[in-house]
Parts: sequence; C-alpha cells; structure tokens
Amino acid sequence: MDWTILLSVLDSTIRLTTPILLCCLGGLYSERSGVFDIGIEGKMLFAAFAAGVAAASTGSAYLGLLAAIGAGMLFSALHGFACITQRGNQIISGVAINFLAAGMTALLGKAWYKQGGKTPQLENATRFQPIDLPGAQAVKDVPVLGPIYEGLISGHNLLVYAAFLAVPLTWWVVYRTRFGLRLRAVGENPAAVDTAGISVTKLRYSGVLICGVFAGVAGAYLAIAQSANFSPNMSAGRGFIALAALIFAKWNPVGALGACLLFGFLEAFAIPLQGASIPGLGWKVPVQLITASPYILTVILLAGFIGKAIPPKAGGVAYVKER
Amino acid sequence: MAAPLPLAIELIHIDKKFGAVHANKDINLSVAKGTIHGVIGENGAGKSTLMSILYGFYHADSGEIKVNGKTAHIRTSQDAIAAGIGMVHQHFMLVENFSVLENIILGVEGGALLKGGEDKARARLKQLADEYELDVDPDQLIEDLPVGLQQRVEILKALTRGAETLILDEPTGVLTPAEADHLFRILHILKDQGKTILLITHKLREIMAVTDNVSVMRRGEMVATRKTSETSPQELAELMVGRRVLLEVDKSPAKPGKEMLRVENLTVRDEWKVARVDNVSFNVRAGEIVGIAGVSGNGQSELLATLAGITKAVSGKIFIDGEPVDPVHEADPARMRERGVAHVPEDRQHMGLVLPFEESENSILGYHESNAYGSGAMLDPEAVRADAAIKVRKFDIRPDNVRLKTANFSGGNQQKIVLAREMERDPKVLLVGQPTRGVDIGAIEFIHKQLIAMRDAGKAILLVSVELDEIRSLSDRVLVMFAGRIVGEVSPETDEGEIGLLMAGIERREAAE
Amino acid sequence: MSSPFAKLPAWVDYGLMPAVNVAVGFLVAGLVVLFIGENPVNAVSILFDGAFGSLNNFGYTLFYATSFIFTGLGVAVAFHAGLFNIGGEGQAYIGGLGTALVCLALDKYMPWYVTMPLAIAAAGIFGAAWAFIPAWLQAKRGSHVVITTIMFNFIAASLMAYILVKVLKPLSAMGPSTRPFETGAYIPRLGQISEFFGLSAGSSPANLALIVALIAAWLVWLLIWRTKLGYEMRTFGLNPSAAAYAGIRSTKIIIVAMLISGGLSGMMSVNTIMGNVHKLDLDFVSGAGFVGIAVALMGRSHPVGVVLAALLFGVLYQGGAELSFQVPAISRDMILIIQALVILFAGALENMFRPIFGQLFARRETSAAGAA
Repeated sequence: MDWTILLSVLDSTIRLTTPILLCCLGGLYSERSGVFDIGIEGKMLFAAFAAGVAAASTGSAYLGLLAAIGAGMLFSALHGFACITQRGNQIISGVAINFLAAGMTALLGKAWYKQGGKTPQLENATRFQPIDLPGAQAVKDVPVLGPIYEGLISGHNLLVYAAFLAVPLTWWVVYRTRFGLRLRAVGENPAAVDTAGISVTKLRYSGVLICGVFAGVAGAYLAIAQSANFSPNMSAGRGFIALAALIFAKWNPVGALGACLLFGFLEAFAIPLQGASIPGLGWKVPVQLITASPYILTVILLAGFIGKAIPPKAGGVAYVKER
Repeated sequence: MAAPLPLAIELIHIDKKFGAVHANKDINLSVAKGTIHGVIGENGAGKSTLMSILYGFYHADSGEIKVNGKTAHIRTSQDAIAAGIGMVHQHFMLVENFSVLENIILGVEGGALLKGGEDKARARLKQLADEYELDVDPDQLIEDLPVGLQQRVEILKALTRGAETLILDEPTGVLTPAEADHLFRILHILKDQGKTILLITHKLREIMAVTDNVSVMRRGEMVATRKTSETSPQELAELMVGRRVLLEVDKSPAKPGKEMLRVENLTVRDEWKVARVDNVSFNVRAGEIVGIAGVSGNGQSELLATLAGITKAVSGKIFIDGEPVDPVHEADPARMRERGVAHVPEDRQHMGLVLPFEESENSILGYHESNAYGSGAMLDPEAVRADAAIKVRKFDIRPDNVRLKTANFSGGNQQKIVLAREMERDPKVLLVGQPTRGVDIGAIEFIHKQLIAMRDAGKAILLVSVELDEIRSLSDRVLVMFAGRIVGEVSPETDEGEIGLLMAGIERREAAE
Repeated sequence: MSSPFAKLPAWVDYGLMPAVNVAVGFLVAGLVVLFIGENPVNAVSILFDGAFGSLNNFGYTLFYATSFIFTGLGVAVAFHAGLFNIGGEGQAYIGGLGTALVCLALDKYMPWYVTMPLAIAAAGIFGAAWAFIPAWLQAKRGSHVVITTIMFNFIAASLMAYILVKVLKPLSAMGPSTRPFETGAYIPRLGQISEFFGLSAGSSPANLALIVALIAAWLVWLLIWRTKLGYEMRTFGLNPSAAAYAGIRSTKIIIVAMLISGGLSGMMSVNTIMGNVHKLDLDFVSGAGFVGIAVALMGRSHPVGVVLAALLFGVLYQGGAELSFQVPAISRDMILIIQALVILFAGALENMFRPIFGQLFARRETSAAGAA
C-alpha cells in the first residue's frame, strides 16, 4: 500500500474515530457511575436529527450543536428517570431509547420535510468546517512530516479536535478531581458513597447526563460536520461499536482512545480494501469480515481470552438502601 | 441512674415503622460522653435500625435526637457526620478497588481537585496512627487488605471526619479473636482520648468485656439499661429473650448407632487459594447430634457447603453410610441428596428458598427430579401441592396455603418450610446450619424439638450454629472450629469459658499451662 | 431481600398494572401523533380498519403476528432463566439460512409437507447454534450475554451479507438474494386452505406457520410450568444461589435456555421465507427479533401473553402500513415508536405506577392480613 493511500486511510480513520470516541467517552461517564447505557446509539441518532433540524432552521451550526446536546441530554434524562429514579432495568431502558430514537427521527423527519426522512441539505456555512491549523500550508511540502501535519493533523473540523481533546480532559476529571473520585466510587459501591453523605442519585444523574452531552456532540458531528444533513439511521451501529470500545478500553479514557482508533482504522481500512487482495497472500479479505471485526474482537475480549474486562462492580444495578 | 458525665447522645421517643413492621417502638437511650455503651439484642431486635436512624441513613417517623445536649436535625449521613457521629457498618462501606487514601477522603475531599485533600489526609492518617495504634498503608488497595485492617480503615474514615461518637455495628462478626482483641484495645484508647463509643452486638461476652453501660433491645423496644459492672450475662440473656432462657432442651441421652457420616482429611480452598476448611476429620453416627461451635467465618459455612456437594474440596474423603463420595471430583448436591444427605442451609432466604415461588414449589426444591412429582421429565403441580399440604400440616406451617407466595410467610414459617422439606425425605444424614436464626421464640422451640425427634429416629445430624447456647443444649458431642481446623472435641456439658477459649484458637493444652 | 415495593393482589400485579403500563405507552404514542398535527382517534380507527377491515388485511395481521410469536417466545424463555437474549434478530437471520438451505436442496424434489418440517428443524438448529456461542461464553467464561448477543446480531448481519453476496447469490440475480424457491418450498397460505373448504379469504401471506407458532406457545407453556426442566429454569432465573443449592447446574440451564430461545427465534424465518417471499434475502427479519423483546415484556413472558402481545404488534404492523398509506405524515416509523414506548412502560418503568396502586389496594391488603 503506498504512502498516499496510507495517509488517506489514516485521515479517514480520524474522521471515523470521532463519533465512536465521543460516544465511548460519554458511555464511560455513565457506566463509571454504575448506569449501563446501551441506548447511546439512540441518543446519538436523536441528537443528529436535532442538529440537522436546528441547523437547517436557524442557519447556525452552533445552534445545531446546542440542540444536539439538548437532545442527547433529554434522552439521558429519560434513561436516568427510568433507571435511577424508578430503578428500572437499564438494558431494557436502553433498548427502548434506541427504538424511540429510530422511530421519532424518521417519523418527524418524514412528516416535517417530506424527503424520506432527511433534513434539508445544509450550506457549508451552517456546518462545522475544516480548520487549517497554523502553518499547515507552509509546511505542506516538507517531506514526511509536512503531509502528516497538513493532511492528517490539520484540516479537521472543531468537533474532531474537541473529541480528541476530551480524552485527556476525561482522564483528568476521572482521576484527578473530586467529582471523578465520587463518580468512580458510586459505580463500585454506592452504599459507601451514600454513607459518606453524598447523594447517589445526583452523582448517577450527572454521569448519565454527561453521557448525553457527549452523545449529543457525536450526533452533531454526524449530521452537521461529517455530512450536510440528517438521514434516517445515520448512526448505523456506531453507538454499539462505542460500547464495544468501552469494554475493550476497560472503562479507561486512554484505553478508549486506543480502542476507538483501532475500530476507526478498521472501518477506514475496509474502504480501500473493497475487492483488493492482501499483498503476498493472494487472498481476498471479505469486507464483511472487516466490518464485523470490532464485534468479533469484543466478543473474544469478553470471553477473557485476551485479558479480562471487569466492569464497574455496581454497574447495571439500581441502588436501594438496604433494609 | 445518674451519670456523672455529660451526655453525648440522647435518643428521645424514637419511633420507626417499615410497612407493617414496627422496627423501633418509642425508644429512649442516653449515652454518656467518654464511655463505651453497648446495645445488645437478638437479630431483628431493631438495633441496626436505631443506629441507622442516628446516622441519618433512615429517618425516624417521630422522636428527637440530641447531640451534646442540643437538638440535632439528622436527615442525612452528612448531617450525622457534621454532628460528630461516625459509623462503622457491619458490611464495610468501602470501595474495594480504591486505595485506603481514596476511601478516607471520599466525601471530604476538601476541594474540587484531589491533590490538596490527599496530602492533608496523608498527614492526618500518620497522626492518627500514632495516637490510636491505627497503622495502615494509605496506598494499599482495600481488596488487598485483610478484614481486620479494612475495619481499621472504616474507623479511620470516621475519625478523619472528626467523629466524637463512634457507632460500631456488630464489629467482631468477621474478625478473628486476635483481631477482635486488638479492636477492643483500640476502643479503650479511643475512650481514654474522650471519644464516645456505641457498640452494637448480640454477643454477651463482648458486652461484658468492654462496655461501661449496656442497653438491651427486644422486638423493637428498649427493655433495660444497666451498668455493666452491676449485671450478669444471665440477666442480660433473659432481658434479650424476654423470659428465663431454657438452656436445657428436654432430651434423653443419645443412643448412637452406626457411623453414617465420615469425613477424612477434608480441605477446601476459596478462590484466592486460602484454606477455609483445613484438613478436617470427624464422624457422625446414627442417633446423635454433633454440633460445630465457632466464631462465624471460621470455616463452618464452607464445611457445610462441601458436605452438601455445593462447594468442591481440594482433597479429602467423605463416606455416607460407609459408601465413599469423592468431594474433589464428584461435588454435586443432587448426588449427595441421592445418597441420603439432607441440608438445611444457613441462609434460607438466599439459598434455601425461591421467595417468589408458591410454597408448594419450594417444598420440592432439590428433590424436584423425584418421580413422585411427575413422571420422567414432566412436573405435576397437583402432586406437588398435595405433597406440600401434608408437610404444612405436619410442621404447622402458617398460613396453611400451599399456593401462597413464599415471600409472604414469616421468617419462622419460612424456616419450617425448609425443615419440612429436608426432614420429611427420611435422610440418613441431616446437615443443619443456623436453624433458628431470625426465628421467633415459639418456632425455636418447635424446631429444637423436631431436631431431637429426628435424632431419636436414628438420623445422624450435624449442627452448625454461631449460638453457643444452641449448640450446647442440642448436641451430644461438640466440635470446635477455628481458622478452618477442628481444634477440639468436648462434651456439651463443658464449661462455656473453656469452649470459648477453643473458639478463640487457644488450644486446651496451652490453656491448661 | 425484601422488595422495596408494596405487595399487591395478584390480579393487580399480573393483570391491571401491565395493562395500565401498556395503555400509558399508547397514550404517549397518541401525543406524538397530535404533535405532528394529526388526529390520534382518526389514526386509531384507520389502524384498526387496516388490521381487521377485511379478511385479507386480517391475514396480514396474522402473518406478522406469527413472526412475533416466535421471537417473543424466544425472548420469554430466556427471561424465565434470568437471561436477557437481545440476539433474537441475529438468531432469526441465521435461522433463515437453515430454512433457505433446506428449501434450496429440496424444493424441486419434495412436496411442501416434507420440506416444511425439515426447514423448521433446520431453522431451529441454526438459530440455536447462533445462540450457543453467547450461551457457552456466559456459562463458562462469564461473558455477559446481553453484550455478546448484541455483538452477535452485527456479526450475523455481516455473515449473512457475505454468504448472500458471495455464496448463495445466483449469477443472474441483481440484489443479494438466493434464487426464488420452487413450489416444494411454499407453505400453504391460510387463504388457500380456506378456499379448499369453499371460503374466500384473500391472498394474504398468513400461512400454516401460524399453527406451528401456536403449538410452539403451548409447548413453551408446558416446558416452563409442567416440566422439571422448566422448574429448574425458573429456579435459576429467580435465585441462582438456590439453584446451586438444589443441585441445578447453571451451565446446563444457561445453555439449554439459550438454545431453546435461539431456536424459537430462528423458526421465525420459516414464516416469512417459506410463507411469503420464497427466497432468502437481506431483510426478511426486519426487526422482528427486536419486536420479540417488546412482545415478551408486554406478555410478561407468559405464552398466552406473548401470543396476545404478538397479535397486537401484528395489528400495529399491518394497520400501521395502512395508516401510513392513508395518512402519509404517520409513517410506519410510528410502529417503532410504539414498540419503544411499550418496552419503556411495560419494561423499564413497570413499577412507576406501583406506589399509586399500592395506596389504592393497601387497605384491602392489610385487612386481608389481619384476617389471616
């Protein structure tokens, strides 16, 4: 594979990693607080729809982003109400949210815009545009490093940079702040948090709502940064890939970056691979195998054949004061 | 009862109901500053509820709490902490994959960032370690610490939060005698430094050993408060139970027959490879009750689970009625039942019963494969109910409705459901764990009588109980377990103090010297 | 282990509360209809007309319901053993492969009554096999079955795409699908059968698989409440410690329950593939596996409840198609919303109204306890 192809694969790796990474980090806040969230897919989709609608009707990408975050948080609040306040089953609530998002976005989209569920095509000005980092054009012709800086690092939109910066930020929040300590504690032993005089409910809602913010940004990225409108089911299972990445990352932000890059790379890699055979092997890799590989890898990891993924101990269980 | 010292804590007319259960009835309790005050009572007497109210974990329906003479409005644990009250819970409230330090600062981080608070807590821990003999490495993970040290972290948590009054809820249940002794030493140091201690326990020995005053609770009521120096274990026991304790169960001498259960060199390890049962050998003959005494957590539960086939052993042999069973490779409860081993488990709600099932369905648990309940693969609910109805009548289980959800039966009746199931199978060997835990007095007598009747019918019974009185009054022989080993065999008439020494791991020879 | 909720009389617990929960779900769906400016009452009447208006329409309703009975039973069986099988979709997919292989092999040589039982068996075996790996991983390695079955749904989709594109697609075909089956792989439609008796029932795809589904529901009832295996599954599902105490092997229960669950979901494919499209393509499941979750929750995992809930979803699917035709603003996505709301209110929020019912029925309860 030659150099330019590699560079373009890596470039699309970054683009494809972004939404997964955002969802994965969001899921990290939720699951670290002890609330499993298989509804991330739905939150992202719903947020993407909100972004598409808001950007189209206001003409502002930032209002689109804001609407997306609001939409993500709205569904998070629903998940929180079901799982924290009503102590409902977290898996069931997540499943419901995924269907609710799929149904609502398609129904409203079709009813409002009559374009088979798509929101109107956006002007470039109402999307998040690529940003040229300082000096990108200047160093463009420097061998090796120039194209890497210009083609790979520079030239992405704001949300891409936000996603990658969220990794160290999340690490810092989780391991270096009071909120992070409490968040990790409540996912492991909520009774310990409760007896320390801290509200389990508030902490868990915080984790779940932060997850909604991240899913919201991810949705905005899909609809008004990567694409120029919302189209039905555009999340296409990325929320589940993010969950797989979270398991792969063992609920650690730095691991999340690695896992998401790996899955993003696999997705990017599948594109030039279409129909090509692996050099030296003369053997065509079915593209479906590449598509399925994040899921297969996750299953192998879950089976404990490559290390053990131990979820937060209190995850999935509603907190009830013991009698 | 004029206390010379000012009062640290006053509970006035505290009342609390959980649905139909009246957990605390108009409770009054005064605790003098700088004393160790014991609160004793049977399981379910309402001690833990009362302390949870004081700590803000529950809210009383009515009543008043005073701290240092002033009314305190304690609605949350945060309020309790602010009022200078700390609590060491029976089940530790620690985050296991956190370091000691992280657990200490949880809730009192001292700022939005951890760094400053951690440094301060580190210094404070050093200081407390010197003051109270409370050494612990702040950077160790909780899950790597032994139970005794985990408890120490709990005490440190309370002290770093500025606790002047410390509540300890059944603190010795999980401790070895040596750890318990160390704990009591720490409690004395704390008292000498002016702290007030509330010790919640159901163990008379501890009350007599460390407290200055003792209050007795029974069925949600506070029945008496005494100076410890002016009372006796006998009086406290009577107050706890509510009438003269009949330590003697009416029984004739045992007529032991053939050896029905034989255990040779049995060793069981837990998932961390620690030996929970360590090279244990003994036998039980037909027509006798062999009791196993010991502080809970010394391997009795694992022994019972292994004999029942639930837990695998790593080595050793078991013989049922002379027939060998391999506990290493053939551990299987169904197989043990086939061999004639019945098992009344220690925790009936968690293990012995499926609470959402109707009564009749629980009456066949473990024996459901029998053709009496349907031929082959099929199950015949009518046959099951008919069979359950017979047991309900025989064991006087109330209400006598075999279709009622098991969760709706009282503790004593739930235990009778289990006993009826296990006894009516005509087993050769009956394993019984904590037969009367959380069971009311009337049912206790009934259950004891049934066990004696089983013995007299020629069954071999192995009895495990943490209630030494129960062991002594029912058993024909007593084995004492300590740290996974059987450290002695005594007759049930043996002096309680001597058995106590064995339970504490001090062998008789040493004790005699 | 006391429940934090008040105890209620059984008829409230198992009858009234689920009904209220589902009703609230539909009410909220009605609000969504209002929100997009349509009349919910009108919508309901079109929906019911679409589902029951003619024998042909009703036939479609039954056709959809047949698929949902299978997938709903699949989820329900796993629920009884305390397992949440979200993999019904993938298991149905792979089950379809089994069905198609039998059909492709036999359709030219055998009559339907030979092909059909063999196809049912193959669908069951293939679906079960797809559930086996998550089951085995849960039983032996402790990998959570919820996550692995989700992953297996995606893996199944990729695998089927590969097989259809690379293996089973005839050269002449345009899209990814097998060749059309011959009549030896056509399950008789209920319409054809009624014509045999001189009745006209339209040309809906409702077929004999419905009878198979009802028999399956009866067998599931028998399994859960009338066999020792069912007793063991329920014990394990409600209290795994008690199951261990009773000598019930967790490995066996997890694997057997998941095999049955996957097999039932797999059998769904017989209805759509042999009863309607008569070839294997990429969208013969189209969400039926997920509808099974809603159906099982709504039916409280009881086969009778599952059949009724499946019928309701059949009404929604068929009536919803009619509705979207007549009122374009209410597209078929409305069904997804209702499905979501049913899962939400009958599943995650099932206890939301319990305190209210607790107060309503508390007096009865205490007076009953006083009498006991």
